[in-house]
Amino acid sequence: MNPFAYLRAPDASSAMSARLRTPGAQYIAGGTNILDLMKDDVERPALLIDINSLELSRIDARDDGVLLGALARMSDVAAHATIRARFSAVAMALDETASPQLRNMGTIGGNLLQRTRCAYFRDPATACNKRVPGSGCGAIGGENRTHAILGTSDRCIATHASDLAVALVAFDAIVHIVSSQGMRTVPIRAFYRLPEATPQLENTLAPGELIAGVFLPFPPFPARSTYIKVRDRAQYEFALSSAAVTVSMQSGMIAAVDFALGGIATVPWHVPAAAASLIGQTPSTERLENAATTALEGTRGYGQNDFKIVLARRTLIRALAAVTA
Amino acid sequence: MTQPLIGKAYDRVDGPDKVTGRAKYAADNALAEMVYAVVVPSAIASGRILDIDDGPASRASGVLAILTHRNAPRVDPRKNKENEADLYLLQNDAVLFDRQPVAVVVATTFEQATHVANLLRLRYEQTEPQLNMQSAKRFVPEKIFDKPGTFTRGIPIAALANSSHRVAATYTTPTEHHNPMEPHATIARWDAGRLTLYDSTQWPFGVRQRMASVFGIEGGKVRVVSPFVGGAFGSKGTAWSHVALTAMAAKVVGRPVRLVLTRPQMFGWVGHRPQTEQHVQLGAGNTGALQAVTHDVVSETSIIDEFVEPCGVFSRDLYAVRNYSMSHTLARLNVSKPTYQRGPGESTGSFAMESAMDELAYDLKMDPLELRLRNYADTSPDDGLPYSSKRLRECYTRAADRFGWSGRNAEPRSMRDGTDLIGLGMATASRSVHRAAASARFVYAPDGTLTISSATIEQGTGSPTVYAQLASELLDIPLDRVHFVWGSTDLPFAPIAAGSQTSGSLGSVVVAGATRLRDRLATGENIPSAGIVLDVSDEPTKDEAEYATQAFGAHFVEVRVDANFGTVKVERVVSAFDGGRILNAKTANSQFVGSIVWGIGMALFERTQFDSRSARIMNANLGEYLVPTNADIPDIDVSMIESDDRHVNPAGVKGIGEVGITGCAAAIANAVYNATGIRVRSLPIRPENLL
Amino acid sequence: MAVSSTSLAGLQLGAATNAYAAPTAETASDGASSSERSISLLVNGTPKAIVVEPRVTLLDAIRDRIGLTGTKKGCDQGTCGACTVLVNGKRIDSCLTLAVMHDGDTITTVEGIAQNGRLHPVQSAFIRHDGFQCGYCTPGQIVSAVGFLTEGHALERETVQRQMSGNICRCGCYPHIVDAVLEAGGA
Repeated sequence: MNPFAYLRAPDASSAMSARLRTPGAQYIAGGTNILDLMKDDVERPALLIDINSLELSRIDARDDGVLLGALARMSDVAAHATIRARFSAVAMALDETASPQLRNMGTIGGNLLQRTRCAYFRDPATACNKRVPGSGCGAIGGENRTHAILGTSDRCIATHASDLAVALVAFDAIVHIVSSQGMRTVPIRAFYRLPEATPQLENTLAPGELIAGVFLPFPPFPARSTYIKVRDRAQYEFALSSAAVTVSMQSGMIAAVDFALGGIATVPWHVPAAAASLIGQTPSTERLENAATTALEGTRGYGQNDFKIVLARRTLIRALAAVTA
Repeated sequence: MTQPLIGKAYDRVDGPDKVTGRAKYAADNALAEMVYAVVVPSAIASGRILDIDDGPASRASGVLAILTHRNAPRVDPRKNKENEADLYLLQNDAVLFDRQPVAVVVATTFEQATHVANLLRLRYEQTEPQLNMQSAKRFVPEKIFDKPGTFTRGIPIAALANSSHRVAATYTTPTEHHNPMEPHATIARWDAGRLTLYDSTQWPFGVRQRMASVFGIEGGKVRVVSPFVGGAFGSKGTAWSHVALTAMAAKVVGRPVRLVLTRPQMFGWVGHRPQTEQHVQLGAGNTGALQAVTHDVVSETSIIDEFVEPCGVFSRDLYAVRNYSMSHTLARLNVSKPTYQRGPGESTGSFAMESAMDELAYDLKMDPLELRLRNYADTSPDDGLPYSSKRLRECYTRAADRFGWSGRNAEPRSMRDGTDLIGLGMATASRSVHRAAASARFVYAPDGTLTISSATIEQGTGSPTVYAQLASELLDIPLDRVHFVWGSTDLPFAPIAAGSQTSGSLGSVVVAGATRLRDRLATGENIPSAGIVLDVSDEPTKDEAEYATQAFGAHFVEVRVDANFGTVKVERVVSAFDGGRILNAKTANSQFVGSIVWGIGMALFERTQFDSRSARIMNANLGEYLVPTNADIPDIDVSMIESDDRHVNPAGVKGIGEVGITGCAAAIANAVYNATGIRVRSLPIRPENLL
Repeated sequence: MAVSSTSLAGLQLGAATNAYAAPTAETASDGASSSERSISLLVNGTPKAIVVEPRVTLLDAIRDRIGLTGTKKGCDQGTCGACTVLVNGKRIDSCLTLAVMHDGDTITTVEGIAQNGRLHPVQSAFIRHDGFQCGYCTPGQIVSAVGFLTEGHALERETVQRQMSGNICRCGCYPHIVDAVLEAGGA
């Protein structure tokens, strides 16, 4: 591994200050993603700022929702009683992520910032605009079975890897961000950036900013939710397709619903109009299918991943049917 | 003696070492003054190295050596003749496949060595790689396993034409990588012209012979130590390039060197199962009696080597059919040299043949088990030889009964549970049996303990347990007084631990040694203080060649296919095997179960994915090269139909490490057809095939 | 959008305006990078003081610096679980974390699972059920199983399968591993 400096930051300000001051500095929390990429010579930080001493690991169930500290471990969040009861899609998404060992290591903040599994991004011997802007996209015309069918550009078709983010988008979670200027919040639905011409820019964090936590607001009505993940093998694999759905049913009618799709897009995929079309309706096969059609408008296959167009549609319909039944 | 030990389900004698972390694998050794080497693999699959910038690398902290084709010690070409085909020892600038070794760096610590490797910059001239078996240069190899690769008996083409029912289909299997959990590792040390290697290998004596040849020294000057091997499955049968490169590096820096492959490098130069394209034709009459079988195989090999995936070995000897032909053709691609992988030829060949048999059964509207029984071979269809033993019929019956096969609805898509389509399928398993010359030393000490030593290895098959068990029973010595010592070239010669042959080979030596020792003890002689020492060898006899020797089995599989998603879950596997005499029921069961797990991986997950433009492997890791996880594996019900086989070899064992993978992928594919009505002829079966 | 800090109740961010002190040697970007540091780990109940560069993973520290080679390197990428150890009682992949991140932590490796020379019930059950063949993934499987049994999951076959899926076994011993874990857990 390339050499780098290491600093265990005692608090957020020290961490951010060191990050701003040192070119090539990066934060490390769980480490499961960045160390993997460093071994592949994809990430080459000059300084790793260990933020594990920051007091950001609490899971705080409040009146209006649950605040997840950015350093809360995925396994702890998945096991939290309120998360399991009120945000089951979040718990399910976490339970289906990686492996038990990695869930004990990975953090909520780190999961939201994990890089794509695109093989070209991970292999410095190949072209990748995300890794080396302007070098080209190896996946277009290459091995792209696991790649995106939505939100792509001619520069990048890499799939967003997170399961958790998909569930958080369905619940309209709020990302809490801290910087030397203070704190701000941003809806997770506005947190990620499409690749467009700049696939190296993946989110709206400014340099030095740190995710402090994620707030999950309780839905206004009693809600059911689910997360369905489709993959080749039963465990320990990224999604080929996934869907997180939350719904409130009132006397057989859909009073509120929202959903997001994963494994098929460059960012967690959310189409407000698709969910809106179901509100006030009684669920029927035709209505669910129409909503899926709206959600998947504009899909584009790149050859090997063409099957995802059908698979994503069926994943969403299955999830919608499960929670509206 | 009241309780026979042979066959009894004894716990492994090396179990405590393995569950406590005491068992030492090659990379666990640390020698004084040891330093670390890493291989730099090529970034291209075809072309040559134009330029090497080692400036920053040579100034990095801890760097001890940077070996490239420009400065690596020359290997004597006269001694290297046999090696130059599949060893890549930095002797020239040519790059023939992805991840070919192009440099080796040595540094004081492992971390420094990987850093130096990152700093080394190579510039290449890239030529268009050949990755397409259709357009590649093709040729017909002269031999496979010392037999002709092309073979005909009877008049298959005419017989096909005259058959009332015919199947003609092409089946493909992808490139697969062995991926044992232990990456290949070598530690090399030179002392005054003598080379010691701690190596992860299936064959210490093979490594010794190879390295003696590469370095032009006598075999006696090479010592290879390899007790525990963390899985191999064929990938550690040969001393690949890194073994010689480690020794070369140790010579250059004058210190012991440790070199361990990274997981991505496991997709480089240590062998793989080649992709195959198999055209199978079956012809049968209305009763289901096979009239003709043809099996034509194209498989990949590398640009300069020759490796044949002998798929026809499976179909040639399986069913009672007079008219048969097989052919094997090789296509030269920019890939590394393929090699044996668990059930070479028979795993891939059985997918094609046993899928085709299922297609024929549907065409005949006949139960697929019935079709196999109607074509049951009582003597070898190839040469008419009697089988040394054959209890395949009992395997079919036992497994079918335990599975509940008779209740199967043959109609595709006829069984459903919610969104799941349920399907049942079956296939035959078969694996040829061989053994090789082997030897061991018996030392019977005055205190009544017996030590048997031989230079084999332990890769999970239970060697230390089963040979001690065998000797214990034959000599009526308590098991805890019999010790088996293995794992280095200091010990008597043992053949490669591969091809399911070790138990037959070494087991026969143990039988021979035990017989001799019993005779000695019967004389009542005084046991000298150094003990009774017997050097025992055994080799295949002419008598054994008078019989057809094969292990057999049958798989019955239930799958659930999600009708919306196309995902396949293997729900149940019930199998029965005729593996001859079973030395230890517990370790034998594990080998059968493990082989079936491999069959599930082969059927549903495993596939090395190349970028078709660059021939770069794009899933060279265990996150994307998928092998089964715990959650993918159902209950596996294995029955062992033992036979008292007096002819196969003195130990009476057929070898059981590979027969379990044969037929397994076909049984799964056949079950998927029963579930969905979709015949997938190309592995692995993935959701996109079934949507 | 800027928000008041009250919405972040429960998240202590430290002194927001702390004028961070002058850079220490280790944060300077000029060659201090390879500087080794001394850390102490409590490994299998024994304090171990080692000197490591920041880039040394916990796995390599355990194997090459402390000399406990029971913990295996199967992929070095977090995709196989052969390197599983317990850190402060929780199972993790030691290949994807740095040794320097664990100064003061309690580490249990496979060598620390048996107590007073007696095999842990998980170890005995693995032997009895033949939950291994080549043995290379076994240390990770054993430690993972010990970790699993403290996590409070249901002792059901399917749960064990899912929760043990972070440990790849290429020999294919999975059914026997599940049998062993269920038995050791008292199911």
